Amino acid sequence: MDAMLTGIGTGLSTVAQPINLLMVMVGCFAGTFIGMLPGLGPISAIALMIPITYGFDPASGMILMAGVYYGAIFGGSTSSILINAPGVAGTVATSFDGYPLARQGHAGKALAIAAYASFSGGTIAAIFLLLAAPALASVALSFQSSDYFALMVLGLTAVAAFAGRGNFLKAMMMTVLGLMLSTIGSDPADGMPRFTFGRIDLLDGISFLLLAMATFALSEAIMTVLKREKIADSAKAAAKGHIGSLKLSRAEVKEIAPSIGRSSILGFFIGVLPGAGATIASFLAYGMERNVASSEKKKLFGKGSIRGLAAPETANNAAASGSFVPLLTLGIPGSGTTAVMLGALISYGVNPGPQLFVDRPEVFWSVIISMYIGNIVLLILNLPLIPYIARLLTIPSHLLVPLVLFFSLIGVYLVSFNTFDLYMMVAVAGLALILRLFDYPMAPMILGFILGDMMETNLRRALQINDGSLSFLWERPITLAIMLLTVVIVVLPLVGYFRERRALVRAGEGG
Amino acid sequence: MKGTKLAAVASAAFLAVSTGASVSAQDLPSNIHFLIPGGAGGGWDGTARGTGLALVGAGLIDSASYENLSGGGGGVAIAHLIETADQQHDTMMVNSTPIVIRSLTGVFPQSFRDLTPIAATIADYGALVVAADGGVESFDDLLTAFREDPASVKVAGGSVRGGMDHLVAALAFQAAGEDPLSVAYIPYDAGGDAMTGLLSGETQVLSTGLGEALAQREAGQVRILAVTSDERVAEAADVPTLTEMGYEMVFANWRGFFGAPGMPEERADAFAEVLGQLYDTPEWEEVRARNGWVNLYHPRAAFVEFLEAQEAAVGDLMRRMGVI
Repeated sequence: MDAMLTGIGTGLSTVAQPINLLMVMVGCFAGTFIGMLPGLGPISAIALMIPITYGFDPASGMILMAGVYYGAIFGGSTSSILINAPGVAGTVATSFDGYPLARQGHAGKALAIAAYASFSGGTIAAIFLLLAAPALASVALSFQSSDYFALMVLGLTAVAAFAGRGNFLKAMMMTVLGLMLSTIGSDPADGMPRFTFGRIDLLDGISFLLLAMATFALSEAIMTVLKREKIADSAKAAAKGHIGSLKLSRAEVKEIAPSIGRSSILGFFIGVLPGAGATIASFLAYGMERNVASSEKKKLFGKGSIRGLAAPETANNAAASGSFVPLLTLGIPGSGTTAVMLGALISYGVNPGPQLFVDRPEVFWSVIISMYIGNIVLLILNLPLIPYIARLLTIPSHLLVPLVLFFSLIGVYLVSFNTFDLYMMVAVAGLALILRLFDYPMAPMILGFILGDMMETNLRRALQINDGSLSFLWERPITLAIMLLTVVIVVLPLVGYFRERRALVRAGEGG
Repeated sequence: MKGTKLAAVASAAFLAVSTGASVSAQDLPSNIHFLIPGGAGGGWDGTARGTGLALVGAGLIDSASYENLSGGGGGVAIAHLIETADQQHDTMMVNSTPIVIRSLTGVFPQSFRDLTPIAATIADYGALVVAADGGVESFDDLLTAFREDPASVKVAGGSVRGGMDHLVAALAFQAAGEDPLSVAYIPYDAGGDAMTGLLSGETQVLSTGLGEALAQREAGQVRILAVTSDERVAEAADVPTLTEMGYEMVFANWRGFFGAPGMPEERADAFAEVLGQLYDTPEWEEVRARNGWVNLYHPRAAFVEFLEAQEAAVGDLMRRMGVI
């Protein structure tokens, strides 16, 4: 305990140096703006910082990166909420309810909830990290491929949120379509090309960014043009400069507080697992929140529920902090972003791992302390900025739509530098538009696409390790437990539905 | 290992190059453009940027520029380099062992023969790694377990089936007289994931690069059973080589540079020479030590010979394994 207090002291004094405080602020600010651009998420934001930080002291470098990291995650949420353009997979779930809220004139409130949720998720998780990082190293290693497979299946149940009555079949079909799309490209186990039609452009599969931008941002923008009356509405709103209030009512705070608490814990533990990460955490939190909601509140999910916005946003940030556990205690990156950070640490001459805590306590502790500071700075910087960021929506749609088209196309091109991606993006957007006109939801497709790849690799690996037998499904306790939970989540609403129907029928007979 | 390590075959060919006319500085462009077939932050990216940084820092060239062009396992960058060859005389593309493996498996239609090989500059050797508390003390222990039941020894690696990590493990067991086909290889997305798989206990052995294994060994998590270099590596002097245990198998995962097809010979020679001069500079030593790289210099003709030898060895095994 003494060692920990000294450590916290060392960390605080390192972070409190004016130069390092400046680093956090610059990092948060730069990260927010980088993250807002579609296509540039936390990974690219941090990768951009590596050459800049070469000459820095390792602690300062990591502090800058932690700031950029949190900033970029928050920035990514703003584009998901405002223009339905989730630039990174971790913010897809944020757009499920964030965008509808913004459409209903609550853009300011939605952004504020995102900021509070990010802050709470990040801070609560940083406290866990501080108290339990070394003890959690064994948790990180307790999951095997079969357990990850089960976790991905559990993640898929979040689809239920889009399977309202009558839409059930459509949501399932779109999920399957997403799973199918995820199989395009090199086979993850054998490297054999699948469904690439001999094109080298398809060898790496369809990129998440392309699919998300085409089906969400592009098709949404075209939809706005097609639905002329709506333009008139938003133009009217624009004229008033209406972004809604930033303030949350007492009832609203009361409603989201438990969601934030639950999602922080869930998000942190999912983040600790090296094979899961922020995206899975946000989907699981979204699904969990919907499952614990009353049937009244449940109907709001996907249509502008504040809990549906707060939960994934909290979990996303909590998982981001959680993914530092395997990095700092085992030297294993828990996510794409921490993999880039690992590279940066090595280039500073710091080897992360259990002995980092002993050899370079000032680095270890200042990274953890800078997470708190980063979160606080982010909140202080961004709350006053929200009205300005949200004013983006007051741009008349004849200007906003071309801007969205421009930035989403450019964003995709700048990542791949491949014109083929642009043609494909337009084609996918066209198809998505047709599907949307027939009321097929896009979110389940993206969910299936993101989870499909991880489901497949983990299932195949588990099968190979188990010499082709499916017995791991009941032999491994963690797998079995998660699978049972999945079954319960799927079956329970059906039971309720049938009971309700029977009651209705009986009531009908009686009357 | 501080000094340059040359395989016997390479040193002979190296003489052939160095007897040629000496290269004048005017054959060198003031700016070298590095084409990187993968994204920022990866191994290729680090190699190109580290080399460029040291070249500029040591004053060997004026400036360096970098271009990341990922896709198709490097195939997109190769196609781009060939398509725009006329304008690419100042360009060096970084690549490594996978260019040999992927052109054998047909990931892309081209091979190193369609480019102008300049030089291999660094290497990482393969390592066979087990969990520290797993009870396996040596490579011979592992062989005993393998002979009892090959399926009980699951080998993790960060490449696809038939990829580099798989081939290194298969070559090692083949050198010990076992059937490379019965190696139960479990593919992971990357070396780090494979390490997690080993530590979680779902696999028994990990085939990976020595650099990555050393970092984990320092953390006390793993034991390195063997390394695929021809003699022991200074950073891991206690780790035996497969060769000294009597299993003839040497494998270097090289990284090096290629020019566009049709690049003038003088230019390619100048590039190779400046990369050779880099080894003696403190700027390079700093970059090398920071990244844990091992110097391995095969310029021009020696590089081609080295590539052909690797292609033959790897190709034979892949055919035996039915991968190609």
